[in-house]
Amino acid sequence: MSTNIKIILMSVLLLLGSSKISALDTTQFSDAKQQARYTALTNELRCLVCQNESIAGSSSDLAQDLRAQVAEQIRTGKSDTEIRAYMTQRYGDFILYRPPNEGKTKLLWMAPILFLLLFLLVFVGIVSSNNKTSIEDDEELE
Amino acid sequence: MPKKFIVWLPLLVLIGLAALFYKGLYLDTNKIPSPFIDKAAPSLVLPDLLNAQQQVNLEDWKGQVVLLNIWATWCSGCLLEHPVLNAIAKENLVPIIGLNYKDNSQKAKAWLKESGNPFAAIPNDLSGQVAINWGVYGAPETFIIDKQGVIRYKFIAPISMDDWATKLRPLVVQLQGDP
Repeated sequence: MSTNIKIILMSVLLLLGSSKISALDTTQFSDAKQQARYTALTNELRCLVCQNESIAGSSSDLAQDLRAQVAEQIRTGKSDTEIRAYMTQRYGDFILYRPPNEGKTKLLWMAPILFLLLFLLVFVGIVSSNNKTSIEDDEELE
Repeated sequence: MPKKFIVWLPLLVLIGLAALFYKGLYLDTNKIPSPFIDKAAPSLVLPDLLNAQQQVNLEDWKGQVVLLNIWATWCSGCLLEHPVLNAIAKENLVPIIGLNYKDNSQKAKAWLKESGNPFAAIPNDLSGQVAINWGVYGAPETFIIDKQGVIRYKFIAPISMDDWATKLRPLVVQLQGDP
């Protein structure tokens, strides 16, 4: 019983917390499409002083300024690509939570595939070599 | 023989990865390399902190090497750095432009009166939007700009006398020798 009450209390507290966070940013667009772009962009740009938050989620001064910059550029008709380019020209790829798939980051994106291939290579190698030797040989080895 | 090697391969890869991650643990993620190095400095035109009627324009310094220091009185690192800036200014080697970043102008003026003013000019960036254009994300930050108006170096942290003597000063002297 008391754990149920604790859970309910906890949920209420969490809800209160989340409503407080969304109230941080009061930027309004008259156009719903622009509002959606704003939300998406500010969620994928990293806050540089509080590095585990996006600029949408951070209350730091710099995040506020960067949000203002994004809002202004959306209002002046810049595309998402142009805004991202503006940010990376100034702060580097680091500001993007999703690093671009080009040049030196190619390896980063290819790594999972490379590891899968490596695993398959090793797996096939071990299985085929086990098939060649007899089961008794294997037991003797162990 | 190749069979034996293939059995050890995963372990080798794991050791390689572990070494990489171990190195990654000690990377300072607070220091983000500036993509501005060796690029033309963005424009900087702002009213002067001490005389709001007067515009500070970085263009006016073309032809000489300058330091651009980003500071504010709310930034404790900047206050720590201030005596070093005073010492650099005393050397009369290179002008320091001190961009006052999102500061209370009254407090900034009082601070300079009290602890000395090492700056040749003080562009006053109240909104912080010019600093964003320069890729500033904290303070203090110091840029070294060459005679052609190209950013050659960015130092992120309070400059110590040691940093000045070993890192910044040699570069300033070298750049002053360039055409």
